[in-house]
Amino acid sequence: MAGEKLETVAVEHKPEEKPQINSLGEFWNFFKDELKPRGNTSTAFNVLSGVAIAAGLIIILIRFFAGLGYPVTNLNQSFPWGLWMGFFVMCGVAFAGGGYVLAFIVYILGLKKYRPVLRVALLNALIAYILCSAVIIIAFGRSWNLPNVFIGNEFGAASVMFVVGWLFLLYLLTSALKFSPAFAEWIGNMKLRKTVGSLFLGAVAFGITLSILHQAGLGALMSMAKGKIHPFWYTELLPVMFFLSSIFAGLSMVIFIGTISRKVFSSQLDDEHRLPDDDIVLGLARICGGVIFAYFALSIIISRFEGDFALLNSAMGYWWLLEMIGFVAVPGLMFIHGAQKKNPVTVRAAAVIALAGIVLNRYNTVFLAYNWNLPFAEKYYPSFMEGIVTLAIISIHIWIFRWIVNRMPVLRKSPQWAVKLDKEQ
Amino acid sequence: MDRRTFLKIMGTGVASATAGNLLAPGRSEAGERLDGKEFYGILVDTTRCIGCRLCEKACAEVNGLPVPDISESANQTVLESVRHTTDKQYTVTNKYETTKGTVFVPKRCMHCNHPGCVSSCPVNAMKKRPTGHVTWDSNCIGCRLCMVSCPFDIPKFEYDKAIPNIQKCNLCWDRFNQGVLPACVEVCPTQALMAGTRRQILDEGKRRISGAPDRYIDHIFGEYEAGGTSHIYLSEVPFDQIGFRKDMGTKPYPEYSAGYLRAVPVIATLTPLLMLGIGVAVRMGREKQIEKHEEKQDAKGKH
Repeated sequence: MAGEKLETVAVEHKPEEKPQINSLGEFWNFFKDELKPRGNTSTAFNVLSGVAIAAGLIIILIRFFAGLGYPVTNLNQSFPWGLWMGFFVMCGVAFAGGGYVLAFIVYILGLKKYRPVLRVALLNALIAYILCSAVIIIAFGRSWNLPNVFIGNEFGAASVMFVVGWLFLLYLLTSALKFSPAFAEWIGNMKLRKTVGSLFLGAVAFGITLSILHQAGLGALMSMAKGKIHPFWYTELLPVMFFLSSIFAGLSMVIFIGTISRKVFSSQLDDEHRLPDDDIVLGLARICGGVIFAYFALSIIISRFEGDFALLNSAMGYWWLLEMIGFVAVPGLMFIHGAQKKNPVTVRAAAVIALAGIVLNRYNTVFLAYNWNLPFAEKYYPSFMEGIVTLAIISIHIWIFRWIVNRMPVLRKSPQWAVKLDKEQ
Repeated sequence: MDRRTFLKIMGTGVASATAGNLLAPGRSEAGERLDGKEFYGILVDTTRCIGCRLCEKACAEVNGLPVPDISESANQTVLESVRHTTDKQYTVTNKYETTKGTVFVPKRCMHCNHPGCVSSCPVNAMKKRPTGHVTWDSNCIGCRLCMVSCPFDIPKFEYDKAIPNIQKCNLCWDRFNQGVLPACVEVCPTQALMAGTRRQILDEGKRRISGAPDRYIDHIFGEYEAGGTSHIYLSEVPFDQIGFRKDMGTKPYPEYSAGYLRAVPVIATLTPLLMLGIGVAVRMGREKQIEKHEEKQDAKGKH
């Protein structure tokens, strides 16, 4: 089957195995043991991603000595933010939105049928936020001063960056807390599992609050670029649009990762996680379709309100139509159609197109429709090295994700003793 | 739901309300007078500028920057294209061909009354001094949000350095504190640049306009644009002919992010309550459904 091309994981699962870690020393030995790779280490994927990671790390090292200028990045005085900020901060955080949306669906709306994909979403969100923090350290110019955002007496409290920074850090911690039950189950520590389990519901509520605020905050970061972002992409309601799109961005990523994980990690799946997948995908499709419809309608209304329809007959106008029709309306219709006709293939395709649409929209907001009036010679496009670093970080994300999924109960249900603990609460 | 769960959710509500309210913005109410001092600024009279670029040379000299070649021949080439300021040139003079002939315009930081860069800085590295000077400080994190937030695209970043600064005109802040005029003002041969308090230079601008209505259009750029700036401009032609945007508006740029910032504590407080409410409503609805279903079963059973 397809999964064996990427990784063969011959892991036997004894559902009740309990490593029983009770001290740091025991954990260290256990961890060292678990670090050993399982399955074939020299697959094509591993070689390619390994090269990308090595090259990326070298470029990151160069960046810290040579600065952010050419050839490391193509950023210039008219385009301060490019591929790294655009992909990892603006898109990556949106893709991680599956964590908070699914937590809301499972624990606030009580729709237990989506539980099998919850931990995958939480894990993906956690890894995304950790790596996004790394990218911020790399992409910002004076990162040794980053602690000044969180400690000290020079808080720029009127800054959206300040607010988003705090929300981001708090959410990273909340994300870790939400995933820690899986970690506790892995090391078999009942006390830890009980503690973090009792905090879980609070973490869900806190996480949803923080997410709404910082997903919107990403849009708010661009709010003072009025006049520099083309009117089709700028609105004072950018925070609302970014929040809305984070919902279907996150769920599309869940569908996308779920699709791949089923094949690649099929040996990890137990029946509870394998069987309901199509049902889950169709349900998520309905939600995505609905939210995309609202997002699309709001975009049209905003543009009409700003009186911009005259601008449609221009290069940027056509570009906007391409984004709105091809990458928002079309996947929206595919989601709804796929859900109606119970066709998961249409839905999975819609998810990929929707994800591309998020990338397109946010790239536009940050560097494509930003300072769009400047002559082509002054424009920004990503450098080769920016591309390598991006591939490297994505590869690291996949490596961490794969390592955890192959060891912790993410795609299979929690051990019995943990389930019992939850029931007792 | 049981008491413990209820208290947990209320607890997170209080926690996030606190977090949200701590993050509520401190709005800098920078008005015309701060700390009993007035804003300092420069009146730029583009009808007097001859494009000699002595201001560029003086600025480079006092700031230890590469001094530009401002000979006649160099100027001829350089002035052919419209330039931006750079991390090594805090002021540039541009040439525009307008309906009334050639006009030269020195471009530099506007030192806005309510700067977007200052409001967007998460660590107060960009500061609006009580005397109006907008200066950069070294606790900067290099996030470059100031560059995104400046409607005039003024802050410039030292991309080629391992320890990069943000560079721009600081209205000769150091010289000001020594009681000396800005270098560009001091050296301008035609007094196209005049320094003074904002009140003084606005008065002078209006005096010049009313004294010679054929020479000036009746508008001072920067009097109200973007909430008012401390570099203000006089012109013979409409300002969009000499490189200024006409869609700037008079709203201070920090106001554009104020909507989101005001919403943060509100959303932070209300969302946990909303989550609680939805959760309770959903559970109650489900319990009712089960009850109804059981009643139906009982009714069936009795027959």
